Order: sequence, then C-alpha cells, then structure tokens
Amino acid sequence: MAQAAVRDSDDVARRRYLESTGPRRFARFWGEFIRRRPLGTAGAVLIIVMLLTAALADRIAPYDPTAFNFADLLQGPSLQHLLGTDPFGRDVFTRIVYGSRTALLVGFTASFVGCTLGLVLGVLGAYLGGRVDQLIQRLMDVLLSFPLIVIAIAVVAALGTGEGKIGNVIAAITVPIIPRVARVVRSSALSIVNMPYIEATRAVGSGAVRIMFRHVAPNVFAPYLIMLTAFLGQAILLEASLSFLGLGVFEPTPSWGLMLRGAGMQFLEQAPWLAIAPGVAISLAVFGFNLFGDSLRDALDPRLRTA
Amino acid sequence: MRRYVAGRLLLMIPTLIGVAILTFVIMRAVPGDIVALKYAGSPVPQSVIDEERHQLGLDKPMWEQFTDWMGEIARFDLGTSLWTGHSVVEEIQIRLPLSIELAIIATLLAVVIAIPLGVVAAVRQDTWVDYAIRLFSIGGLALPSFWIGLLMVLATITFFGWAPPLVFTAITEDPIANLSQMILPALSVGYRYSAVSMRMTRSTVLEVLREDYVRTARAKGVSERLVVMRHALRNALLPVITVISLEFAFLIGGLVVTEQVFNLNGIGKLLVDAVAHRDYTLIQALVLLLASVFVLINFVVDMVYVVLDPRIRYS
Amino acid sequence: MFNRQIAAFAVALALLLAACTPAPKGGAATQSASGAEQPQAGGTLTFIVNAVPPSFDGHRETTFALLHPVAPFYSTLYKFDPNDLTKVIPDVAAAMPELSADKLSATIKLRTDVKFHDGTKMTSDDIVATYQKIIFPPTGVLSPRAGAYAAVESISNPAPDTVVFKLKYPSASFATNLASPWNFVYSAAKLKTDIHWYEKNVLGTGPFTYVSYTAGQEWVGKKFADYFAKDKNGVQLPYLDGYKALIITDANAEVNAIRSKQASIEFRGFTPQQRDTLSSALGTSLAIQEAPWICVNYIVPNTKKPPFDDVRVRQALTLAIDRYAGSTALQKITIVKDVGGLMRPKGPFAQADADLQKIAGFGTDGAANKAKAKQLLADAGQSNLTFKFLNRNITTPYEPVALFVLDQWKQIGINATHDVKETSAYQADLRAGNFEVALDFNCDFLDEPDLQLAKFWSASGLGKGLNFAYYDDATLDKMIDGQSRETDPAKRKALVADIEKYAMDTKAYQYPVLWWYRIIPYLNTVRGWRIGSNHYTNQDLETVWLAQK
Repeated sequence: MAQAAVRDSDDVARRRYLESTGPRRFARFWGEFIRRRPLGTAGAVLIIVMLLTAALADRIAPYDPTAFNFADLLQGPSLQHLLGTDPFGRDVFTRIVYGSRTALLVGFTASFVGCTLGLVLGVLGAYLGGRVDQLIQRLMDVLLSFPLIVIAIAVVAALGTGEGKIGNVIAAITVPIIPRVARVVRSSALSIVNMPYIEATRAVGSGAVRIMFRHVAPNVFAPYLIMLTAFLGQAILLEASLSFLGLGVFEPTPSWGLMLRGAGMQFLEQAPWLAIAPGVAISLAVFGFNLFGDSLRDALDPRLRTA
Repeated sequence: MRRYVAGRLLLMIPTLIGVAILTFVIMRAVPGDIVALKYAGSPVPQSVIDEERHQLGLDKPMWEQFTDWMGEIARFDLGTSLWTGHSVVEEIQIRLPLSIELAIIATLLAVVIAIPLGVVAAVRQDTWVDYAIRLFSIGGLALPSFWIGLLMVLATITFFGWAPPLVFTAITEDPIANLSQMILPALSVGYRYSAVSMRMTRSTVLEVLREDYVRTARAKGVSERLVVMRHALRNALLPVITVISLEFAFLIGGLVVTEQVFNLNGIGKLLVDAVAHRDYTLIQALVLLLASVFVLINFVVDMVYVVLDPRIRYS
Repeated sequence: MFNRQIAAFAVALALLLAACTPAPKGGAATQSASGAEQPQAGGTLTFIVNAVPPSFDGHRETTFALLHPVAPFYSTLYKFDPNDLTKVIPDVAAAMPELSADKLSATIKLRTDVKFHDGTKMTSDDIVATYQKIIFPPTGVLSPRAGAYAAVESISNPAPDTVVFKLKYPSASFATNLASPWNFVYSAAKLKTDIHWYEKNVLGTGPFTYVSYTAGQEWVGKKFADYFAKDKNGVQLPYLDGYKALIITDANAEVNAIRSKQASIEFRGFTPQQRDTLSSALGTSLAIQEAPWICVNYIVPNTKKPPFDDVRVRQALTLAIDRYAGSTALQKITIVKDVGGLMRPKGPFAQADADLQKIAGFGTDGAANKAKAKQLLADAGQSNLTFKFLNRNITTPYEPVALFVLDQWKQIGINATHDVKETSAYQADLRAGNFEVALDFNCDFLDEPDLQLAKFWSASGLGKGLNFAYYDDATLDKMIDGQSRETDPAKRKALVADIEKYAMDTKAYQYPVLWWYRIIPYLNTVRGWRIGSNHYTNQDLETVWLAQK
C-alpha cells in the first residue's frame, strides 16, 4: 500500500509537470507524441482533416446540400457527382461534407457537456465526501443502469428533433456520458483529496470552492481530456445509431447516420454509393478520435481505464 | 466482510427505487398515449378512447398509478402489457432466452479474441504487431455495428444465397438452426465487444508488466512466457472481468439496432416497441429488469474482486 | 366454369399489370397470364407481417397487423369477392340479405354446414352474439366501428339458420358493412362465458385453425379439414395445408426474407426500390402485382393558428405544390403515385382529370400556380411565411413526401422547417392541435365517400378526433351529409365533386399530396391471390395455393 502511495504521488507530480509548463514544454510534448506515436498522429491527422472539412464545407462542397434535383436522382458516381446522387438528386459528396458539421457539432457538444458535468460531479463527490458523495454516487448508479434507448426516445419524443432542434439529440447523448465520467473522475480525485498538500491548503484557510477548482480539478484534467476524446468518437457513433433508428437528426439536415437510414440501405444494390460512403465517413471519424484518444492516454496517463 | 456484503446489497435498493421513479416520471412526461396511438388514423369516437383509457387505468391520478405499481411490485406482480393484454412476465419470457444466448455467444467470442490479442499487443508494445492489433481493435469501436450487420447479411445473401433464419429455435431443439441465426449478429456485436475487452487487456497487462514482482521474476530468469502467463495475465484479469461483465449486462437489453437489422425477437426490440407504444407496464418492468441485471452483475464483480484480489480489504 | 374464371382473372391481371407496372429492372416475370392453371393442394405459405399486433380480437382492433395473420382463422357474414374486390358475396351467409318492402328489415339465411374449429355447429345464435358485441357492446367492451351500424335497431334469430336485422332507417351501405373484414364470427358459447375471451384466444369457423403464436415472432395456422367451402370443382378449400405469418418490421430484413425464399409474400406493400432489388435478385421467380391504394397523405394547416386562418395562405400552400412533377419523381423512390382529390384516382368516385385540374394546386402549369401562390401570400401579407411542418418519424412514404412538399414551398419563398416526431408524440400533437401545418394520412378498405370524407366533418361535431384542421363549417357538413343520403350513383359523384372543389380550393381546409400506390412483389409460386386497392380485405387465404415445382 505504501508503495502504491509513492507511485501515486510520482504520477501526480508528473501530471502536474506536464500540465503546468509553458509553450516550449507543450511543443516538446507534441513533438515527442508525433515521433513516438504514429497511430495517434494518424488519428490527429484524420481529426484535422475532418475539422477542416467542416470549417470549409461551403467551399469544398460543389452543391447545395438540401437543394433537390429530380432530373438527376440516383445517379452513379461521376465527375459531376463524385459519390453519385441520392433519391432526391442531391449530391452525396456534398451531403457527406456537410454531414461532418453535424457529426462534429453533436460529438463535441455532447462529449464536452457530458464530460464537464461528470468532472464537476466527480470532483464534488470526492472532495465533499459523506452524504453528498453518497447521493451523487447513487444518482450516477441510477443513470448508469438506466437503458440509454429509453432516455433517447424520451428526449426525442418529449422535445422533438426536427430541424433546428439538434440540441435535443445532443441532450440524449450527453446524459449517459455523465455518470461514466463522474465515476472515473471521482476515483482519480479521491487520491488527490487525501494528499497532504490539500490538507495543508485547507489548514491555511482556502475555501472549498477554491481548493476544488484550483487544486483538485487541474489534477484530474488528464483523465478528463482523455475521456473527452474517447467519448467524442462514441458520441458520433451514437448519433449515427439514433439517426438510423429514426430517433436522432432528421431530414433535410445532412447527417451520416441518417443517410444510412431508409434511403441508404434500401437502395443498397441499385445505388451502393449511398450505403457505403456515409458508413465509411462515420467509421473514419470515430477511428480518428479513438486512435488519437488512445495515444493521448498512453502519453498522459497510461493507467487510466476508459473502455 | 459480511457487513460489506450486506451493505453492498442494501445499496442496490435505493438505486433500483431511483430507476423505478425515473422510469415512471420520464414515461408519463413524454407526450402520447397508447390508446390514441392504437387508433391512429381510424375514425374512432372519443367515447371508445375514453373507455379504453379507463380500462387500462390511465385516467387515474399520477400518484395513484405510481402507488398501484409499487404495490404490485411488492407483491411480485409485474402486471399485464397494455398493448397485448398478456402478462408482462410472459412477454419477457419469450424474448429473454434469445437475448441471453446472444449475449453469451458474443461474450465467448469476445473473450476468445480479446484476451490473447490483448496480451500479445502488450508484450509486443510499440511494434507492428501491437499497431496491427490496435488498429483492428479500434476498428471494432469505430465501425457502426448496424452497418456491418447489414453488409454481412447482404454479402451472404449475394454470394451464397443464404440469409440467417428468421425464427428463433431454442438451442436445445435444433442447435444448427439456432446457431445459424445467432452467428452473424454475434459476430457483429462480438467485434465491438472484443475491441473493448482487448484494449482493457492490453493496458492492464502493460501495467502489470511494469510491476516490481514481474521485474523480479524476469530478473530471476523465469521465461518470458511464464512471466506473462503466470504473473501478468492473472493479475491483469480483474479489470478485464469488470469490462466484460458490464458489457454483458448491457448486451441483454442494449442490442436495439442489431436486433432490428437481423430481425431478432429480443429484449432490446421489445423495449423499443414498448416505448414506441407507450406500453407503461411493459416499459417499467423491462427497465427494472435491465437495471437489476446491471446492478447485480456489478455486485458480483465486486465480490469477485474481494475473493480474487487479496490486496483489497473491505472493512 | 372455374377455369374460365381463372382465365378471365389472369387476363384482367395481365391488363392491370401492363397498365400499371413500370417495367422493373432485371425483367421479373409477372404472373403467368397464359393457360389457366388447376390449383394444387398442399404446402405451407409463409408470409410477412410488418408490425406487432395488439390483442387477437378483430372486433376491437383497427390494425392490418391483426387482420393479416388472424383473418384466416375466421369467417365473416359476407365478404368481398376475391375476384372483384368491389363486389360483396356471402361467406357464412347462404345468400345476400332479403330486404323487406319498407327496407327496414333485412333477413339473412345462413349456411347450415358451418362448423367451429372445436367441432360445434355454427348457428344464428353465434351471429347474433357476434353482432350484439359489435353493434351494442356491453360496458367495458370496446367496439370502435359500432358507429357504422347506427342504422341497426335490433338483431334477432327466428330460426337457427335465420338472422333478422331491424333498421331504424334505410341504409345503402348496410350490406357492405356486413362484409367488413373485422367482423369475425365468434362463438356465442365462448362470448357468454367470457366476453373478453377472444382478446387472447382464437376459435373461428375460418379455413385455418390456430396452432400457435409466439409473441413478436410468428403465427402458425393449419388447414381446417371441416371447413365449409369447396371450390367450383368440388375440391375442399383451403388449398394450403397451413401458413406461417412472420413478424418482420425492418424494411431490409423483409427484402432479405423474400430474397432468401424464407417468406413468399408480404401483403401490405413494398417500396419501388424493394421491388427492384427483389426483381433483379430473383428474376423470373418473382411475380409482381401493383394497384392504386386507398391511402393518401394530407397537408393539414391548423386553421386555429394564424396565419393559417387566412384562406389565401392555405390556398397558397396547395398551389405551390406541383403534384404532377412530384408524381413523376416520387413514384421512383416511394409508394406514392397518382394525383387525385379526396377520392381515390381512377376509383368509382374520382373526378375526370380535366375537372380535377381546375381545382387549386391540381393544375398542370406548375410555374403559373407558383406565381399565383406567391401573389396570394403577398396579398395576405405573408411573403416571408415561416412555420414548422409536423411529420412522423416513419420513412415510407412520409419522409420523401414531406421533403418534396418542403422543397416546393421553398421555391415560393416559404421557410418551413421539418418538425419530425416519434409517432406517439406526433399523434398527441395532432390531437391537441399543437402544430402549425401537419402531414396527416388516411387509409380505408373501400372506395366510399362516407369513409374518405370522415376527416372533413366539423372538428367540434362528427369530425372530433379526426379533423385536425380544426375548422367548423356547417355548409361543408351539410354537403357531406347530402352526398351520404343520395342513392343515385351519378348524382352522388357530382355532389362529391362539389365537396372536393369546396374543401380543397374554395376553403382550402386540407388537401392530399399524392395517393399511395401498392406494390406487392412475391415469389411466383404463390397463386390465387389478387391485389386490391386496400390491404384489409381478401386476407382469409381461402383460395391461395402454392405451385409445386
């Protein structure tokens, strides 16, 4: 046990070192990351490509993603339409490009909000302990054991999901992330809360809020960051699954999962590009975030277990 | 120890009560009700709708519906489905064997694939073997399983003119028919599942390999193979067991999309249909069942920890 | 005699197919038109049902998902002729009803050779008990269609083979209503012991007996050896040894089931791409039947919500839609096809195209219509009209139809957003009037203005729970009532045409987008089943047979 404690403090020191230093350290960290972690670098490249695609969607995409052209429906891939057209004559390549916006918006927001709420709850529980901790833990247990699909349908049914209501889809995906993050953060934070220097800070008279945010939270930042990337990929996948089930994003919003629903798979043989392209796009995006997230974990906190 | 076990058991109760309340509140807050849905698009007079709502007890005040339900649960009565009028237990019994079997097959597949590959990846860390295995495993997390499922069925039907049977046959009745229905869904689920467990195996084995006693064993000249098998793997297994168990609990009711794609008559599909129909009694029973499975498996995992890992002491 | 009928049927079918079928890719064979065939006995038919039915009680439920698997267990008093689905013929009745001179009493003679599956004889007691339950349900018994029999005063049985219906006033649709596919003949004895018995059990006089039901998965039925009906050659019906109805809800899984020959047919309808996939995969072993369908999507502006209380806005919404362009495009990708008014196009009550085209939104000059629509919006001060278009989360055909409509509106500067909700929540919004404009639907089993106009009665009157445009219009009520009382078919048709003009143009309350089109691709071993314009009737499988190779 004693040994473990020593290692823990080593670790903490290493993390604090990693996070608290200036730009030069930052550059060195990433330089090493690129050299030592080819898979993570590949993931980062995929992410950057995706970010650029989303940012420059209106420059890259040759057509309007929602404009119909019934004269050109279900065309095969050609120079005019790189990935062919869908049943409404819309350019599939254009919809894939714009779909990256939906995927990133849902992925980033759901993962960021979910992980941040999880972080706050985890730190609160670990620091305050006692009844509050018990209460938070039980709440998290309830959320963990509650089937995701019921939450998804409930949110979608209660709030609707049409155009301009993408926030509701995000909400449905955020909820299950919270307890998973809260658990990991709580256990990481517990080891810090019990460290002597926190005790010392408290003795000096620092307020609870100050201690939590100045001392505890930064120390669990590494697992937070790792989970943020991991859940980003999962959130994109979840959005695709929900949209496929008819419980996510809806037409005419371009979304990869939605492209696989109905129109995509029903035309699988007459128009295979409709079923292949969105599936590949989803896979590549999730692949990128997972590759990057894994390597980030290896670099920052190899012990962290985020399945 | 006994106090710990009792305490853990007692903690399950507030969780389950919380789940019960949450289900009840969420479902009543969601718009739409079963009777209006049932007669959607038919010229049915309001009196018929009111009468049916009355018969189903949907016109009672909310708190009364809740206390009625709690009372029934206390008497181990889960009620009847609002949609079919059959007992909820009967409805679940029909679907449960399929879901459990699929979960078991997928688990076996995952374990068989994940553990050896995970260990190899850890032992050969940062070599091309490791990279290949990690790419393969991340693929499992990245490919949407419904997409893979659809493509797999399409491939077998196009190249072999064969598609999995559409009707569930118990494995005791006809093992071949049973397995030929299960194999594709088990593969599409098992791939993701094995990816999750493989990653966990790799990182825990890596961690253990850095431990002092492993270094000591190596220093003493114990063969690498033995080090891995005897020391590393054994100690690395606990977190892997956790992941596998929790994933198993999820599989019982969480395979909504897979069940739809392969037309499997399982618990996930039943749950989605129940929610779509606003079949309150069935939803409540299913959510409670799934939550109980989850909580119980969690409990068992904790107990396994206590038994297997002498370092963990509970007071 | 029988052969001639089959031949006539086959020719009619060939004509129908030639008229309606766009040559499918891969050239699947349509059902062999030459050479009338002798039906073969034997075999088990496996078909798909794509929804999970609620209780087993046909009197109580309203979904086709109950009729397809359960109708073969039962007989009805009368039924629709499988060879001419507009004609009513006796089922367990021995003849058509005899009307008294004052048309207030209908005497029905029953067959005396009808047996329930448990061996007991069917008598007039059973018919009386059945119709008592349907028309005069005791408290606690649900009968959603009781209203259709409002004319019936009493039911009696002077003899074991005779039933008499006394009517309050003459009713033209009475005989048709006795052929309702929902009115299964139940056993009086069973109903007496437990009026709810049929919700969970099956005991009928139909061509098949109940074997098993696995919830969510399959129904199994086998031939009833003592079934009363024989074909024209004296061969015992049904031809099939039995059937299995598989519940398959996923569109891709349905196609895979037929493609792998694990199921032969689905009786509701497939999309054009499902048809084309099957046709290119199965080639000549696939047969296809298609027919216009008595199902339609309506655009429903909520007249209680401004600016949709302004008739000009409502007219603009219908004028903007180029239905003929829509038909050309949408029939390639989903199950809609014909342009029509409130009555099924090409049906007995449909207006001639030239007349229909005079109604707002049904003219062929799309550009002129759009210009007019824009002008109307400008006049109403709604040039920048923005609203939410409520739809349900079902792909076929709601999604493509809605997207088409949204695109049409966009072209005249309307900024409508697609507000998709899960079916239950969508229903709740419709019923609560909690929407601006919605996409509604309607399906019926008969071309009958009373049925198709049910949604047009005043919302606070007979249209309660059906009229989601929420208007009250005494003039329209009077018009609907007037056509219902008119017994001369030609005059009635003219009255219905007036209603179409008034409801879709003058007042523009609610209007169809496109009528649905039913496509049934199936393995060509299935014979003796003929498509109709609805998916409710002709499902007892009495004369369906399988061609053995």
